[in-house]
Amino acid sequence: MEHYRIPELVCPAGGLPALKAAVDNGADAVYFGCKNETNARNFAGLNFTRETMSEGIAYAHARGRRALMAINTFPVPGRENDWREAIDSASGLGVDAVLLADIGLLDYAHEHYPELSLHLSVQGSATSHEAINFIHREFGIKRVVLPRVLTLAQVAQIIRNTPVEVEVFGFGSLCVMNEGRCWLSSYATGESPNTAGACSPAKFVKWEKSPGWMSTRLNGILIDRYTDDERAGYPALCKGRFEVNGETYYALEEPVSLNVLEILPDIVKTGVSAIKVEGRQRSPAYVALVTRILRAALDALGRDIAGFRIDPAWRADLARISEGAQITLGAYNRPWR
Amino acid sequence: MREFRFFPLSTFRLPGFVPAVTRRLPQWPPAVALTVALNAMIRLGVLPKENLDPLEGRTFLVEVLDAGSRISFAFRNGAFFPAASGMPDLIFRANLSAFLRLVARRDDPDTLFFNRELFVEGDTELGLVVKNTLDAIEWPKIPEFAAWPIVRCRV
Repeated sequence: MEHYRIPELVCPAGGLPALKAAVDNGADAVYFGCKNETNARNFAGLNFTRETMSEGIAYAHARGRRALMAINTFPVPGRENDWREAIDSASGLGVDAVLLADIGLLDYAHEHYPELSLHLSVQGSATSHEAINFIHREFGIKRVVLPRVLTLAQVAQIIRNTPVEVEVFGFGSLCVMNEGRCWLSSYATGESPNTAGACSPAKFVKWEKSPGWMSTRLNGILIDRYTDDERAGYPALCKGRFEVNGETYYALEEPVSLNVLEILPDIVKTGVSAIKVEGRQRSPAYVALVTRILRAALDALGRDIAGFRIDPAWRADLARISEGAQITLGAYNRPWR
Repeated sequence: MREFRFFPLSTFRLPGFVPAVTRRLPQWPPAVALTVALNAMIRLGVLPKENLDPLEGRTFLVEVLDAGSRISFAFRNGAFFPAASGMPDLIFRANLSAFLRLVARRDDPDTLFFNRELFVEGDTELGLVVKNTLDAIEWPKIPEFAAWPIVRCRV
């Protein structure tokens, strides 16, 4: 029987109950951020204080799991210290690794905390082994989180050509996936994930219900309108419907979720080190469910990869909690090159 | 594989005559009950006071669609009060089963929103604060008697 290393399951935590839900349901590692712009899920009321972070890290470590801190936005010029302080506190709190995107911060962390494990965040946007190996050579990164733009064959090619551990996304919401380079939200609101840590910040979002319709507006701009029986998505500009040449449709991206269950054995065979679940903005119920299903699937693969079968209940439950109307394999199985 | 069926709280809908009856009843008893419960949660430290600052001076409407019930309340000087019906800052609308699944953490608000079972109107950022404050609650801290209905739902 073939045996492959089963990747680490890395799950999101927007708060302490979500962190505990991830650990209790079988996550090997949890990732989280501070209550400020230093991470790409800077939403009102979300994320961790120093106290809750300390409790969360202790909870994970007591159960043999790893705790990863995302500091994955780009510092605002003149305010670099806020980001450096986040790295200082990560080191002080004893996290197992920090997820960084900015080269200046990688340099700071590498120089000041040589013992601290560094992961290149998906926001770092490294999509070739040359880029990854450069960051590895300069800053000693241990792991890279690959942007969701690569086919499975490209992922495998990277793994063959780098000493750096590779982490890929396994489940969660998708956007246009121009990760670390998307400023689209800024055009409507003046804020974007890379500057303010939030795409389509809630203060700019308005939902209007009228008979038969729900409209979504971002800073006053109508970006989508749903009939009562249509599933909705997040109010992101890239997932809006726009009029192009007289036709109104999803011109950039559809509200859709990535779900790799169907190709999980193939992903494991490429030798990835970790599978990541998106969704720090989601509630503990989501984290518990996704973690539990992916844990069961990875355990099943560990027992017998050739005999792996997807439980229909996994598929149904994941479809129910997904954004929008569809599940996709994203770029992983893109037929064109 | 029963353990993966994560939604034992079934999706139900109250019979159509319920709103017709409820609308004839005074709406303040449910508002009183809810605000008493919320204030007890503040006193017990379940709802962290510092997270509630953004709620100060704001009014809320929770509308249980299939029950025909509209619960108006406000947050002033660090406590919740039933409020006279006016223009609320934030409105949550859903059927009773969706609200129960939300409170029992069977479904998350995003899932209910995507599935068009939960409607949010008004100040979206305030809605996000409310959602994230609820998500940050560690239910086991609630004394046994108060947690009973929730723990029962989580089994």
